[in-house]
Formats: sequence, structure tokens, C-alpha cells
Amino acid sequence: MKLVIIDYGAGNIKSIQFAFKRLGYDTLLSNDPEEIKAADKVIFPGVGEASSAMEMLKESGLDKLIPNLKQPVLGICLGMQLMCLHTEEGNTIGLGIFQTNVKRFSDDVKVPQMGWNVIKDLKSDLFKDIKESEYMYLVHSYYAEHCNETIAKTDYGINYASALQHENFYGTQFHPEKSGSKGAKILENFLNL
Amino acid sequence: MLTKRIVPCLDIKNGRTVKGVNFVDLRDAGDPVVLAKQYADQGADELVFLDIAATLENRGTTLDMVVRVAEQVNIPFTVGGGISSVEHVDALLKNGADKVSINSSAVKRPELVNELADKFGSQCVVVAIDAKEIDAEWFVHLAGGTIPTDIKLFEWAKEVEKRGAGEILFTSMNHDGTKNGFANKSLAKLSEMLNIPIIASGGAGNVQHFVDTFKEGKSDAALAASVFHFGEIPIPKLKKELKKHNIEVRL
Repeated sequence: MKLVIIDYGAGNIKSIQFAFKRLGYDTLLSNDPEEIKAADKVIFPGVGEASSAMEMLKESGLDKLIPNLKQPVLGICLGMQLMCLHTEEGNTIGLGIFQTNVKRFSDDVKVPQMGWNVIKDLKSDLFKDIKESEYMYLVHSYYAEHCNETIAKTDYGINYASALQHENFYGTQFHPEKSGSKGAKILENFLNL
Repeated sequence: MLTKRIVPCLDIKNGRTVKGVNFVDLRDAGDPVVLAKQYADQGADELVFLDIAATLENRGTTLDMVVRVAEQVNIPFTVGGGISSVEHVDALLKNGADKVSINSSAVKRPELVNELADKFGSQCVVVAIDAKEIDAEWFVHLAGGTIPTDIKLFEWAKEVEKRGAGEILFTSMNHDGTKNGFANKSLAKLSEMLNIPIIASGGAGNVQHFVDTFKEGKSDAALAASVFHFGEIPIPKLKKELKKHNIEVRL
């Protein structure tokens, strides 16, 4: 299986590579459109600030490429947020794959949310053999509002979309690569889609 | 609900863990990777590696350790000790660390907190504060608690939050090593004053101390070393007890 991680300068790619390696899969880091298009599965990572990440995507033309991919694509954390319509972080227009907006948590809760929280109302093959209310690791200050594409929900002050799916596009707000054996199972499920 | 976190801390010197570690069925208790995996399997929520002999010469050894931990451990981890530049943090994160912890270098040059938060995001910037209570006033100490300053704990904590710290790791020097419990009054004050997570450190001796720091101290996470290393408090048992006390934990 050809597994490509989109390389656009966003951090913590090593953890994702190692997580797949533990499952027995090598990954290729690339920003080459041909290589990305030829992949069986694509990972769209993201750690950092939304507007500068979006700038980096535009510079390399990846903002046009990603929404047109046909194979399963998994956006993680900021990757997922950039796949939405808009995010309040840096007032950034997203790739518009998921029909929802990303907002900042209110100050009624500590920001960032940092740590393990549960995912509920699971609705996708991505969560095959994952039980309701399983714990996942999250670190984020912004959240995606619910929409028709919500496939997992989490409570932190409000109830928000901790995973989204539109056709071949998947997104998780949590970090499956850092969420122990259950997170690894989700990555494995993604490979089996 | 977001759970309270249990965080074992490993002291590292030349890429090996130091201080005694007494684990059953562990062939190499000095290998941070072996220990880290063991803790992850037991249900630790996060790990902290503190490089206590951090020098420029040792930097490569530490980076090598970071890669090996990231390769094999599937929970988040923080690296601290001797970190004072954007370049160094970049190298640690690129090698697989999730967060870095800065302490003395932030006091010496507070702009470092802004620089790291701007470049890498607040979520990976932990500011560690060692403080000692002297005549009912908490003063920040540097270099592993050896150098006193006239900086006040609560003012400093507020400042680093403003500068972009994503989390504060507060060690009470009055409690550290005593096994008499955490500095819960001050932890609660920090937690109420700030809007970022607070990690309690220093003083863990028994299960009740963890209950207290989550309830009275309003801590978001609790860090400890010896009680875990010597198996005095097994993590699975600790978490079950916390759950019994209606404290939300990941089981």
C-alpha cells in the first residue's frame, strides 16, 4: 500500500510515521502532486497556526489538489480544521470539504483543551471495533461545529464534532497516533477503508 | 469529559534514566524507552522526560532518545531540561517530542515563550516553574531550584500565560521530596487565576494526595517520579481509586 503524508511544513509528522510503522506500514512524506495523487491513502497532518498553515498550502498549490483527491484522505487535528469552510483562527478560509465552521472555545473552559476525552455517537467504518465513549488524546483551542458530516462527538464546555466525514474525506480532531492502542486501531481502520 | 492526567516523570542523563527505578520484570530499567513503554501500558496519560545533564555536547544523545521514544511509545510526551532556543525546540519536535518544557531560560529571556508559541503553537509550550514559599510569599527559583529570584510565582505564571504558554508545570520546592502531598492551596489559586492547564508537581506520597490535588488543588494533571518508579503506587490502582472518588480518569 502506498501511504503518503502531505508535507507542507506542519509539525509532528514523525509521530504519525512511527504510528503507521508500528502497524507495519511505511509512509512517504511528499508535497509532490503526482506522488500524492498516486497514493492509495493520504494523510493530511497539521499542528500549528491555521492561517500560516493555509499560506503554506497555497504556496505549493496543495489547496487546489487536496479537495480533488479521490482516495481516502485523513486530516488530523489542524488538518481536519483546514478541511472545513472557515476557522476563526487567523480568520482563515478553509478548503471547504466539510460544510462546517471552526470556532474558538469560550473562556468558560481552559484553553487549549489538553488531554484525554471521550468520543461518542460514532458513525463510520473509521470506528470499527471502537466502543462508544472511548478515550482519545486531544490538544486544541478551536473546535468544529456539528454538521451533517459529524461522525463523532465530544463534550468540552459545548458538544462539538471530534470527527467528520464527507465521501472519501475523513477528519479527526483527536490524535489517533498518540491515543494508545485504540488510536492505532483507528489508523488501521483507515488503512482498511 | 476531559480526564485528569497522571504523568510519570523520568530524569534523563546521557540518554539513560537516573535515580533508582525498581520495576518487576524489567530487564533494563535504565533505558527510557523500556520504562516509557511500561508506563504507557499501565495507563499513564503522558510522560515527561527531564534532561538533568543537558549540555550542548549531550544534545545529540537526547535527540536520539527522543526518536526512540517516539518510535515505540503511543502516548504524548514532553521533553525538558536546558532548552533555550527556537532551533533546539524545532529539533526536539521534529524528532517526535509532542511538547517541550522550559524553565530558567524563560525567566532569563521571557520573549522565548512568545517565540515558541508563535512558531510552534501554545499547545507544545509548557512553562515549568519551581517556586518556594518564604514568609507566605512564593518566589521563583532557577537552575533546578538552586538559584533564588525575587520573581513572584503568581505574577510570573500570569505573565507566561499572556506570552503564550499552553500549560504550567508548577513544582513546589517546599513539598518536593517530602511525600506529604502537593501544594494544593497554591495550585488551586493558579488554576483559578489562569485559563490554561496546571500540572501539579512535588509531594506525591500516596493515593490520597492525588485525590486531594485534583479536588482541592483543582489541578489538571499530576506529575510524580519516585512513587511510580518504585512501584509504591501502581498506576492502574491509582486510577481506579481516583475513579472511586468520582474523579474523571481514563481507564
